[in-house]
Amino acid sequence: MTMLGKLDWSAIPFNQPIPLGAALGVFLAAAAMLGWMTVKGYWPYLWREWITSVDHKRIGVMYIVLAMLMLLRGFIDAIMMRTQQVLAIHGPGYLPPEHYDQIFSAHGTIMIFFAAMPFMIGLMNFVVPLQLGIRDVAFPTLNSVSFWLTASGALLVNISLVIGEFARTGWLPYAPLSETTYSPGVGVDYYLWAIQISGVGTLLTGVNLVTTILKMRAPGMGYLRMPMFCWTSLASNLLIVAAFPILTATLAMLTLDRYLGFHFFTNEAGGNQMMFVNLIWAWGHPEVYILVLPAFGIYSEVFSTFSSKPLFGYRSMVAATMFICIVSFMVWLHHFFTMGAGADVNAAFGIATSVIAVGTGVKIYNWLFTMYGGRVRFDTPMLWALAFVTTFTVGGMTGVLLAVPPADFVLHNSLFLVAHFHNVIISGVLFGAFAGFTYWFPKAFGFRLHEGWGKAAFWVTLAGYILVFVPLYIVGLLGMTRRLQHIDMDLWAPWLRVAAFGVLVMIAGAALQITQLLVSIRRRDKLRDETGDPWDGRSLEWSTSSPPPVFNYARLPHVEGEEPYWRIKQRASEEHSPDRGEAYEPIEMPRNSPTGFVTAFFSTLIGFALIWHIWWLAVVGFIGAYATFVIFAWRDHGDYEIPANEVARIDHDHMAARSTLLRSRERPA
Amino acid sequence: MTKIASKTGEIKDRRDSAPGEERITENELAGGLAGYLLGFGLAILLTIASFLAARTDLIYQPAVVSALVVLAVAQMGVHLVFFLHLTTGPDNTNNILALAFGVLIVALVVLGSIWIMAHLDENMVVMTPHQAGTMP
Repeated sequence: MTMLGKLDWSAIPFNQPIPLGAALGVFLAAAAMLGWMTVKGYWPYLWREWITSVDHKRIGVMYIVLAMLMLLRGFIDAIMMRTQQVLAIHGPGYLPPEHYDQIFSAHGTIMIFFAAMPFMIGLMNFVVPLQLGIRDVAFPTLNSVSFWLTASGALLVNISLVIGEFARTGWLPYAPLSETTYSPGVGVDYYLWAIQISGVGTLLTGVNLVTTILKMRAPGMGYLRMPMFCWTSLASNLLIVAAFPILTATLAMLTLDRYLGFHFFTNEAGGNQMMFVNLIWAWGHPEVYILVLPAFGIYSEVFSTFSSKPLFGYRSMVAATMFICIVSFMVWLHHFFTMGAGADVNAAFGIATSVIAVGTGVKIYNWLFTMYGGRVRFDTPMLWALAFVTTFTVGGMTGVLLAVPPADFVLHNSLFLVAHFHNVIISGVLFGAFAGFTYWFPKAFGFRLHEGWGKAAFWVTLAGYILVFVPLYIVGLLGMTRRLQHIDMDLWAPWLRVAAFGVLVMIAGAALQITQLLVSIRRRDKLRDETGDPWDGRSLEWSTSSPPPVFNYARLPHVEGEEPYWRIKQRASEEHSPDRGEAYEPIEMPRNSPTGFVTAFFSTLIGFALIWHIWWLAVVGFIGAYATFVIFAWRDHGDYEIPANEVARIDHDHMAARSTLLRSRERPA
Repeated sequence: MTKIASKTGEIKDRRDSAPGEERITENELAGGLAGYLLGFGLAILLTIASFLAARTDLIYQPAVVSALVVLAVAQMGVHLVFFLHLTTGPDNTNNILALAFGVLIVALVVLGSIWIMAHLDENMVVMTPHQAGTMP
């Protein structure tokens, strides 16, 4: 029993040049970044305006920054997997099996938990309060805690690159492989604590956003007047609240097995590893919809805005969303048709799986009919949305094919399956994230992203994506199973080479996207969005300035129907003034709080200590986190007041810009 | 005192309000205590009844399990009404819906898992515990 538990110098992979080099690179980059910020004296600014901020807009932006960094990390893992499979045709490649296994496990874990989830949660955080016409989420400080706990989980996964190892079990640590008998190292423990800590953050976000949407809408904003994105966010967060406890409980049982010798999922003492598969997918399938529903909301906003038309079939869209929300809990067995539950169980879940596609089908037609007869503008967000509709339909159809149990018996565990879920997740979630990012970027920062570079990035990424995953469908049909570290079949080789070439194209796409961001920042004065309404939008977020003031709306909007901002614009152009002429009132806003950051600091300590069995440090972490909570609970002042004349001054500039816009819009009409 | 002030300010007969709907004003010491005591009493009674059903011959033996299920559901009802203040009032729609959603999801996951696991069990090769223990 030493001070540092299981931790010693052998945990650092000195004999493996790839992780060590990568870690060194990341460490140097981080050190350079921190040094630069210290030299420039940015720390007080960062602490005051970002780290301790409880503003939903700032927290949303931080979520998206985290998601983009992790997206790059997960993409690097993907590049390594594709290149390994090409280099390991009749050879060992450059990644030994135990390293390759960590790469594909880390790829899945990072992409789902730390790229896709934070991206969607970030967009919901930023957009939902603005669309509802309110000043913040229901629990602003809790929101900050959620973000920092997610960041804490991401940090732990990335620490595993240098100190110790990551899980070799795949992105869902199936028992008994993940039990101590077969995974004695710290890899699975890194997975467990990273996911548990960030999972708490996700659950708190779910509670926060559900409360916000149900209880805090602007006056007159009835449920059936909410923008579609708010509806899909509501469904997604209801699913978070319902599903994430299952994940937490399942991983807690695995933790008890690994740490305290329990036998929930072992092969001895009455344990049942099939129960792990059953429970993890009872969370895992709703998780798919947690990710894709907000993206469906983004597409709905984009199709409607860029077709200059209200969303077609709004009520059927709401119904389809809530239908998916419920039925997503009735299909989880299709992830393990081959485990042996038998024909009647498989048939029931197979039918349920086909039925859930009907809800999505309704949405697809609604989007198509939204464009029909509209004046369609092909800006970058619309391009992502169009690529989504076309490619997602293909992914949906291979999904319905896999929902047929006999077909699944042939195709399960193959690259056909891998191609299917990448097809739906990339075109469903990732394209949605990019569309939403481009669409709301001007709202967040006050200037647009450069259209030329954005369109180039779009076309190159789309081409790369097709070049990678069409060959994977084909090799899947040719019998190639997933997660192969080396390949001995000549039949597959040409397709793997095409896929590797596709990855090169996707790298170019990512580079173009980074270029777009850098170019846009450099030319921000030319791309400035003066009016707050760069796309001729229809929902409330476009009625405030870009970026919005800290209080979002100087006066809470009164909503009188669907598409409230469109109505405001219509009426204002008749009345020649956007000003309602009411007096301003002072606004109370929540104070900044370091609670989230400090809690996450102690949570990281707890996680790291438990991974390495450093028990005293875990105790210190627990005491610190609890003390932080107590100190926050005993605070005296939670709010500060912005005086009415200050509100008036901020709003006046915005109203002036808006009047100019309305006059300019009036002339052609 | 049978009159209480409701949220909207109008005075309402206390006997006219749903159980668990008692309003608590901040400056009233031990406000709403009566409701909590009533709930506590009912919960204790139901607990005692459960023990009586299980440990004595008061009821027909094969019906004990059903009786316990009924008492358990009643116990949940008491908790929801008196401690979580769930009522049928119009301002409680969200809470009722949340409860319904929660019950639905729990039922789907629990019953689904039982169904799936029973079928998996049925389709397993028959093994002695020793054989099972030596499987990889």
